Amino acid sequence: MMRRFTLIAVPYLWLLLLFLVPFVIVLKISLSDTALSIPPYTPVLDWAEGIRAFFSQLDFENFVWLTQDDLYWKAYLSSFSIALVSTLLTLLIGYPIAYGMARAPEEWRPTLMMLIILPFWTSFLIRVYAWMGILSNEGFLNQFLLWLGLIDTPLTILNTNTAVYIGIVYTYLPFMILPIYAALDRLDGSLIEAAEDLGCSRLLAFWLVVIPLSRNGIVAGCFLVFIPALGEFVIPSLLGGSGTLMIGKVLWEEFFSNRDWPVASAVAVVLLLILVVPIVLFQRNQQKQAEAEQ
Amino acid sequence: MRLSWFNVVSLTLGFAFLYIPMIILVIFSFNESKLVTVWAGFSTKWYAELMQNEAFLNAAWVTVKVAVFSSTLATVLGTMAAYVLIRGGRFMGRTLFSGMIYAPLVMPEVITGLSLLLLFIGIGLDRGVLTVVLAHTTFSMCYVSVVVSSRLATFDRSLEEAALDLGCTAIEAFRLVTLPIIAPAVISGWLLAFTLSLDDLVIASFTTGPSATTLPIKIFSAVRLGVSPEINALSTLMIAIVTIGVITASLVSKRNLARQRKDEQLAVRAS
Repeated sequence: MMRRFTLIAVPYLWLLLLFLVPFVIVLKISLSDTALSIPPYTPVLDWAEGIRAFFSQLDFENFVWLTQDDLYWKAYLSSFSIALVSTLLTLLIGYPIAYGMARAPEEWRPTLMMLIILPFWTSFLIRVYAWMGILSNEGFLNQFLLWLGLIDTPLTILNTNTAVYIGIVYTYLPFMILPIYAALDRLDGSLIEAAEDLGCSRLLAFWLVVIPLSRNGIVAGCFLVFIPALGEFVIPSLLGGSGTLMIGKVLWEEFFSNRDWPVASAVAVVLLLILVVPIVLFQRNQQKQAEAEQ
Repeated sequence: MRLSWFNVVSLTLGFAFLYIPMIILVIFSFNESKLVTVWAGFSTKWYAELMQNEAFLNAAWVTVKVAVFSSTLATVLGTMAAYVLIRGGRFMGRTLFSGMIYAPLVMPEVITGLSLLLLFIGIGLDRGVLTVVLAHTTFSMCYVSVVVSSRLATFDRSLEEAALDLGCTAIEAFRLVTLPIIAPAVISGWLLAFTLSLDDLVIASFTTGPSATTLPIKIFSAVRLGVSPEINALSTLMIAIVTIGVITASLVSKRNLARQRKDEQLAVRAS
């Protein structure tokens, strides 16, 4: 009995102390006044004072500030739209790859799988960095296009939102491909043949049979790209420009450059509230899938 | 099923998209010129310069230390957590526990980093190697526990029960039966935790102090100023290590699988 208690208590306490408590602190600081002292916040509530003090001293000033300054809601909105567009782009690029993998000869598949997973093990930072040399004005892409004669003057891609889209699609592509491939791999090929025998064209059979049967994979892949893309920091700060507004970057700057901890905490709390919806939907999709498999 | 021309084209373009950026990076790490986009002849001088760059070497050492400690700790905690989730039965606060296991997987890194930093400041812990290890352990133990629990969920529980019936204590049953069966998952959990720690920029930036700069932090501050051949050389080394590691791991697991199959066939024939 004692042993079972230890087994549960150790990881439980670890997560309570290093995951849950820090969130309570973020919430608490987001409700504090900004003071010029270091650390730059004055504790609004003391733990000892109890619940009544908690409610009487709450201060939503930082959240009000988020709604008053254009920067924040614009950043939330543009993060949302950048994440959404890049998720759709990743789907459009990832689906044909996953489909090709699922139709490849059996003996190729482990190798193809490994080739998809391999980039995931290499440093994220390096994969983003690789695009800096490609997209810059003297970069390979411009050199290549100039050489082809498609353009006369180099295109400005680095430090724009286009570069951010490319970066997100590139780094999160494996997350889209793997769940779709898993869904397509289970698909019974005779269903497609049946559809074709019944008079469907190949395209129509694909649209009516393959796509609906891989729906769970598509949904899972989209969430796996959208959720991390929304709070992304590295990609917008390396590939994006001064005009690229993403909330992860705003939070980082609020914290490291402006040293305004209460506002940074408020930004984090709102980001979390926005993320709750897709996260819950994702969980539900996964659960449904697990039930369907049983 | 047969590959159509469309499948072939999408596979070719897809893999080209995934691999060409890294191939360009590797090629230009051997460039003579400081300009990273103009080829000026083969040279390994950037590797030589990298080996003399103390700041990078120190950062690499810190990173490896952090990764070894945090991934080992995360593997122990994550395996315990997986066991509790799958075999623990009912206990108070089980829903909260499983929520805390899955939440860090989808949490934006900026939030995890910020919250941990505020905790460390709140309890007055000096920021350095220790705080980064604590932070990395916390998020990677969740990945380990997901990997291990998926293995635990699929294996036949009657094997454990048989060991208990035959007189094993619970600990012996775990050590002699459960652990060998889940070992591959535990090892891949450790590898995952190790690479996550090596790779992490955001959480480390929040939770570290001036005494412990990790390699990603160092690379990030160098890269912000633009592309440099030295960083290309460093990236090439990291890509090479990972590639060798992944290929070795897959060959080893393939060999183990083959041996297991052979053993099973022998067992069938013997019976």
